[in-house]
Amino acid sequence: MIRTFVPIDAAALSVGAGRVAKAIAEAAAARGIAIDLVRNGSRGLLWLEPLVEVETPAGRVAYGPVAPADVTGLFDADFLNGGAHALSLGLTEDIPYLKRQERLTFARCGIVDPLSLEDYRAHGGWKGLEKALTLTGAEIVEQVTQSGLRGRGGAGFPTGIKWRTVLNAPADQKYVVCNADEGDSGTFADRMLMEGDPYALIEGMAIAAIAVGATLGFVYIRSEYPHAFRTFSAAIARATEAGLIGASVLGTGPAFHLEARLGAGAYICGEETSLLESLEGKRGLVRFKPPLPAIEGLFGKPTIVNNLVSLATVPVIFEKGWEHYRDFGMGRSRGTLPIQLAGNIKQGGLIERAFGITLRELIEDYGQGTASGRPFRAVQVGGPLGAYFPEALLDTPLDYEAFAAVKGMLGHGGVVVFDDQVDLAEQAKFAMEFCAEESCGKCTPCRIGSTRGAEVIDKIIADEERGNNLVLLADLCTLMLDGSLCALGGLTPYPVLSALTHFPDDFDRTAAARPARAAE
Amino acid sequence: MAHAAPFDREIARNVIAALKHLPGATLPILHALQDRFGYVDADAVPLIADALNLSRAEIHGVVSFYHDFRDAPAGDHVVKLCRAEACQSMGCRDLERHAEARLGVAMGATRADGRATLEAVYCLGNCALSPAVMIDGELYGRVDAARFDELIDELGVGR
Repeated sequence: MIRTFVPIDAAALSVGAGRVAKAIAEAAAARGIAIDLVRNGSRGLLWLEPLVEVETPAGRVAYGPVAPADVTGLFDADFLNGGAHALSLGLTEDIPYLKRQERLTFARCGIVDPLSLEDYRAHGGWKGLEKALTLTGAEIVEQVTQSGLRGRGGAGFPTGIKWRTVLNAPADQKYVVCNADEGDSGTFADRMLMEGDPYALIEGMAIAAIAVGATLGFVYIRSEYPHAFRTFSAAIARATEAGLIGASVLGTGPAFHLEARLGAGAYICGEETSLLESLEGKRGLVRFKPPLPAIEGLFGKPTIVNNLVSLATVPVIFEKGWEHYRDFGMGRSRGTLPIQLAGNIKQGGLIERAFGITLRELIEDYGQGTASGRPFRAVQVGGPLGAYFPEALLDTPLDYEAFAAVKGMLGHGGVVVFDDQVDLAEQAKFAMEFCAEESCGKCTPCRIGSTRGAEVIDKIIADEERGNNLVLLADLCTLMLDGSLCALGGLTPYPVLSALTHFPDDFDRTAAARPARAAE
Repeated sequence: MAHAAPFDREIARNVIAALKHLPGATLPILHALQDRFGYVDADAVPLIADALNLSRAEIHGVVSFYHDFRDAPAGDHVVKLCRAEACQSMGCRDLERHAEARLGVAMGATRADGRATLEAVYCLGNCALSPAVMIDGELYGRVDAARFDELIDELGVGR
């Protein structure tokens, strides 16, 4: 029976993959052809979705983007045997966008049937966990440390160091918490992994749990991701039923129970202490640190809180060895980063590459420029708290330290491209408004500073005491940077100050300024 | 979208009783109540507080903190427009104005006839296929004004 693949990833569904799958099933039935229609995750070539693949002796052949109306033509062209068609993209693995990636964390995503335990095992699943089960907790922690893995949520804190703190904290109960509250605009890696390779996260969390002696894990998934929540909840149920987690990890290890929890539309709950409060059933108010969550985390117990991508990367570190992982990357940024290329971009998608790739290569080479065809003007890296960069900074390599040097941050790896229609003063104002909307309200610089910030930017745009208000805005940004309790208030100045630094003309609406834009 | 059942204290008590054993049960309970009734009725607050041995103020604080929880039922169809940066880069500010005009309701409001609610959301995780929209829990990508109209026509909510 011919295996045919139509993604069930939410992004693919958003452009009609569900209708395409239905059309293929109906056409196959009408022609009396038996096919095995697999609903896989997305390969991450999102501009080609719905991307239909067929397994042939030469490998998987891709067609895309496929509309339901194309299905009859595909059957006529014998696509089930890789036949030639205008939508044919050749062998999937040879598509340059994919071929030039270094997929470690996302190695299986888009290839396997997301919920098939057989598929997962056949593609290297559970090997990392099996190896970890032969090690002591201290050895597991040491290997994660040696791999150089740093928190992929944005802070870039060494994962192994965090685990060591939890390992060394004596307690009757410890927890592993996965932060899947992927709220940054321009990011979708967590979502894709939960929908495309959910067992990788379960395996990574199980390794974390046995390393530090935790027996209970929670995955906090944002409510904006209903598809991911459904798929991941089903994956937990299947893995538990199969005895891979639960009373005993892989039937020989210690107990590890896992539960998926749904967020409720609060961006701040992506901040780790706010997330813990939310898991405890409270308002998502940020906690003071110390104590660190590694010492007093969920319900006051030592807790590993890691980003989803960090945890889902752990299995491959043990499957292929920490040296293998460490040998990717540059400087102190080791391994790979699943980059999400998004916004006004012709070829958006997920690009997993070793650290060190430049923004220019991403945008011009992978992305092929803007979707609108208009000139590039700005890129925001790292979500709503990330800096806006102009063309002149596109040669910056993706590396935690290189980004810090140009007053930016990598965040969760989201890269949002804007064409020349963007107004950076509006974007700066939005950054403040977003902070005001999502602030938990605990600290004053964030709660009040964000509202005052939006007002001051309004005055600058309206040319009210421009000079004085620019000074005031800079002062306010310094206060928020230095005085906020967490990254929301503390990093909101990044987009604001970068917009001011790199695009000052946008803040000057006087008749003399911006002649080129006024002419449009 | 299925019409939610009217609020019923007995049903609410059962929903709460089924979940109150969970560690940190407040959010799971609130989600379950909203799934059942379409919103979190003010009368549910003392029931939850009672079951979890917390104060009403604490429960009210949680309900009001999170954007998701409603204090009144939404319209028959809930249309969520993404307003975050990736969608801004592809014209969601224009789409927002178009959507308000097409549906005849302001962002954040439910139409007087109760047929539709229009809401802002900050990121649906579909940032390479912006602008993104979610209608009754289903995600749509590359939604320009024409595509938006098609989707709304399919709902049959009129204007």
